[in-house]
Amino acid sequence: MAMQYIEGIPLLRPYVDHDNKGFWDAIREHRLVFQKCKDCGLIVHRPRPMCPQCLSTERDWAPSEGKGRIYTYVDFVYQNASYPGIQVPYVVVVVEMLEGVRMISNMIEESAADIYIGMPVEVVFDDIAEDLTLPKFRKAKE
Amino acid sequence: MDGIKDKAAIVGVALSEFSADSGKTELRMSCEVIKAALDDAGLVVTDVDGLVKQSEDASDEHAITSSMGMGNLTYFGEVKWGAAPCAMVLRSAVAVAAGSAKCVVVYRAVNGSSKLRMIPSMKTSGQMSTSDLLQWTFHSPYGLMTETGSVAMLVRRYMHETDAKAEQFGWVTTVCRENGARNPEGLYYEQSITLEDYLASRIVVDPLRELDCYKESDCAAAFVITTPEMAKDLKQPPAVIRGCAQSMVGETERMNSYYRPDIARLPEVGRVAERMFRMAGVRPQDIDVAQLDDAYAPLVPLQLEELGFCGRGEGAAYCEGGDRIRLGGEIPLNTSGGSLGEGHIHGMNHVVEAVRQIRGTSTGQVKGAELALVATGAGGPAAGLILGR
Repeated sequence: MAMQYIEGIPLLRPYVDHDNKGFWDAIREHRLVFQKCKDCGLIVHRPRPMCPQCLSTERDWAPSEGKGRIYTYVDFVYQNASYPGIQVPYVVVVVEMLEGVRMISNMIEESAADIYIGMPVEVVFDDIAEDLTLPKFRKAKE
Repeated sequence: MDGIKDKAAIVGVALSEFSADSGKTELRMSCEVIKAALDDAGLVVTDVDGLVKQSEDASDEHAITSSMGMGNLTYFGEVKWGAAPCAMVLRSAVAVAAGSAKCVVVYRAVNGSSKLRMIPSMKTSGQMSTSDLLQWTFHSPYGLMTETGSVAMLVRRYMHETDAKAEQFGWVTTVCRENGARNPEGLYYEQSITLEDYLASRIVVDPLRELDCYKESDCAAAFVITTPEMAKDLKQPPAVIRGCAQSMVGETERMNSYYRPDIARLPEVGRVAERMFRMAGVRPQDIDVAQLDDAYAPLVPLQLEELGFCGRGEGAAYCEGGDRIRLGGEIPLNTSGGSLGEGHIHGMNHVVEAVRQIRGTSTGQVKGAELALVATGAGGPAAGLILGR
């Protein structure tokens, strides 16, 4: 069942700044990118102002294949311990991407009973508002 | 690396009442608990020349000095996040050992139950703190909002990697409540629970149950740290700081470090253990009693592993049945009840209890306890403390 956002409660929006703007601009265009160092090539997520490997500030946005595996996940089942703007139950996952980085996201359809650690997933883009898109995941073929 | 070993001691401690609604401002609670800690030590306000607070604490140093008539501070500052209680002791001990201050008071007051906590902070520049920015930009939009949710992420992965089971985590809460049931000052006096009660408690963020998690309370705590020379002539036997350390490593985040290679470990606690045991010149098996961060029960087995009380992946089995961690066991834990069985004041009560153990005044006293360990912070930055006589 798809996640349901409860009307009347504000959506939680990313706080876009100079360091992470490239990521969110790409998401608006339904592209998943990760920060890549122009000097040493290290890919990192979340975005940051400096490459932790070579200290370069020259950054690029490398397209992701959009594929990964569930690393861990939780199931928000109790409204008092979750965000009131999203109908429980909803699942939050940590996905380990093929590029070696991890991202926090949601499963677009699957409920907790359908998912497991190690499950292959692929990115989908959920336009949750006219001006807000979130990268989410669905089950992929093994 | 002797560092600050034996160069400072905790000579006064105080805890306010734990309650659902203190009916007081946090500033008043701070002032009252500081006075109580000074009384406990046999010191007066004019002896104090240092104040150390937690960054998230509402009562600033100048409000304390103007409320309490403290006229001459030579040292003050803040320490952040969940590791703060032991880290504040470290900071105070370093100041005392270096001569920047002779008598430092650490304080914390939180109306955690009656007032809403966790409001994101805007710094003075109008820029969000980087921790909040990460939370709001990459976690909150997906509904990953609560502390419980982020701890559950780690616990799921730990269960996957080690075969740890809820039935085993449940013994942590059961033993903490057993200890809390003996403690008339705590919130759970005479309210022990069984493992069945634990297993029957509501799942809040799967895999965590309600009885895995601390409950907010209103409370305040303070401790007084001074030099060994000054400690000699005071009211209480000193709890001497034998070892004390803090740690942050690559990809440590404020609460849970989702992006590091293995999130089902607490490498910061491991580093703290290494440093503080070396400083104190003792081993895990020399420790008589330990107060671990039990804001979330499943994080206790991970700390037992990192601190060297058992091997990697053995923590949950170590807790099973409760015999090794209860009074009379190999390493009695959280003997006043801790966060789960006494009340939640962000680990401050854990330091207070370690001092009681060294003095021999705990309601869950380990006979002849000579070395008491405290660990605060699990999942993010960590700190630890070994106290002796």
